[in-house]
Amino acid sequence: MTEKTLRKGNEALAEGAIRAGIRFFAGYPITPQNEVPEYMAAHMAENGGAFVQAESEVAAINMVYGAAATGTRSMTSSSSPGISLKQEGITYLASADLPCLIVNVMRGGPGLGSISGAQGDYFQATRGGGNGDYHIIVLAPNSVEELGNFPKLGIELAEKYRMPCMILADGILGQMMESMAFNFDPIDPNKLGKFDWAVDINKQGRGKSKVFSYKGDNLIADVVERAKRYGLIEKDEARYEERNTDDCDVLLVAYGLSSRACLEAVSTTKEKGLKVGLFRPITLWPFPSKRLAELSKKAKAILVVEQSLGQLVQDVKLAVGSNVPVGLNAYPAGGQPDGNQILTAAKSLLTGQTEGLFDLQWHAANFTYKCERNLSLGVQGDRKGGNQ
Amino acid sequence: MYQGIRIAGFGGQGVVSAGILLAQAGVENKKNASWLPSYGPEMRGGTANCSVVVTDGEVYTPIVSAPDTVIIMNEPSLPKFEPLLKKGGLLILNSSLINSRPTRKDITTVCVPCNEIARKVGMDRIANLVALGAFIKLTGAVTLESVEHAMKKVYKRAKPEMLELNKKALQAGFDAAK
Repeated sequence: MTEKTLRKGNEALAEGAIRAGIRFFAGYPITPQNEVPEYMAAHMAENGGAFVQAESEVAAINMVYGAAATGTRSMTSSSSPGISLKQEGITYLASADLPCLIVNVMRGGPGLGSISGAQGDYFQATRGGGNGDYHIIVLAPNSVEELGNFPKLGIELAEKYRMPCMILADGILGQMMESMAFNFDPIDPNKLGKFDWAVDINKQGRGKSKVFSYKGDNLIADVVERAKRYGLIEKDEARYEERNTDDCDVLLVAYGLSSRACLEAVSTTKEKGLKVGLFRPITLWPFPSKRLAELSKKAKAILVVEQSLGQLVQDVKLAVGSNVPVGLNAYPAGGQPDGNQILTAAKSLLTGQTEGLFDLQWHAANFTYKCERNLSLGVQGDRKGGNQ
Repeated sequence: MYQGIRIAGFGGQGVVSAGILLAQAGVENKKNASWLPSYGPEMRGGTANCSVVVTDGEVYTPIVSAPDTVIIMNEPSLPKFEPLLKKGGLLILNSSLINSRPTRKDITTVCVPCNEIARKVGMDRIANLVALGAFIKLTGAVTLESVEHAMKKVYKRAKPEMLELNKKALQAGFDAAK
């Protein structure tokens, strides 16, 4: 194992991607992921790869589409509004069965939102934000070390199953510095051999390769063939981490940065006289439902902690069914999760209180937010000046 | 040992860079460390702060919402960060620029005239290193030598005489803290 160094999340990710053999990067600037293209601009050429600052996010994902068709390990990165723009390209990559790495360093939304870290793109990432029946593999790092090491895992999974893989990080993970070490030696992509499906100018006796997003009248066959692969991925590739799950009353479920605040809660749990454990999905798709369902039979309650308005909680409810009550502790739109508040919510869940638990009906009745601006939009979207 | 620290002051006072230095020093000491800047649109002269964690074990969260130590470099940061401090926590206060004093009785306050000391060393701008020196004396979270090693990595383009001045400021802060 190499010695630990202090690195910024975005830079660890970019270095990790180059080490993983990524040799084509196209991107367009957006906060809070700008260090990724900055690092690529500085270091991609010296590693024999190509960096392109594209004219837009749409151009960047389509450049990745082209580069991926040649079998080159290819990548783009952006943040939430930019990832929305890339959705068309992502669904085309999925339909052409091409591997690539897409990084989303999430920020607040919807729309332009804010530049603070957030987790509001969970649905977009796990449900396939583009059109059609497809999935992409979604990895959720929760540390700078994982940001550095997941590009290798991501591109290998993408190539194994011939589909795009997304690393879903957030603004805080991207901007923070942390001690980290890479868990693999740099890979020389020239030594990896060539895919027989890849478009190539030097075929050396092989037949013609073609990459299509539109495959004529075989759509049903294509989609079903892809579904078989999705089934294999759900069976074999679900990844998760567990802390203190053997003996806990409340099982916390969180990914990414939220799971770090949960670690704080788990570490102070003994002082507060509350038994709390943590289940952290590392793959968001495939969601580690099977293991979570097993654990849900042991816990008295499950508390989902997320920096979004009730997205992860839906997958958790699907996994555990009616085994156990599921509560939500939410920090949407750039809110920062906090160990103490998590424990308060966990206690509420066990004792039938409401403090710290997020519930849309309760909030509709009770929620007030201190703000100089009048936030009341009027439920009917009141029109003014009409004559009907 | 688990030290969660918030460093706060005006933009330009070096609070963010002092934080990076401290985190790097933690790594030099074979500890785990994290650093997180206050995040959002900031301007020179506005307030800035950062969170640092240095620990022998695992860094739980980089967001230090209940710090063990706060280093306060300017007046507006005192009312903002004093309430966050853990019970029994340490507050290092730059008494050169802050006239108010903390109101809490359940914390330890150490006043260090950082800017005056920095000026005596030779440069007003390195008051951040004076504060860091005081922090090291009071907590022992990292060693003075580790910060000196860290300086070379963090301030890669600094001239040798500037590094020397930084070291002096660090030592002066270390000596001033009681």
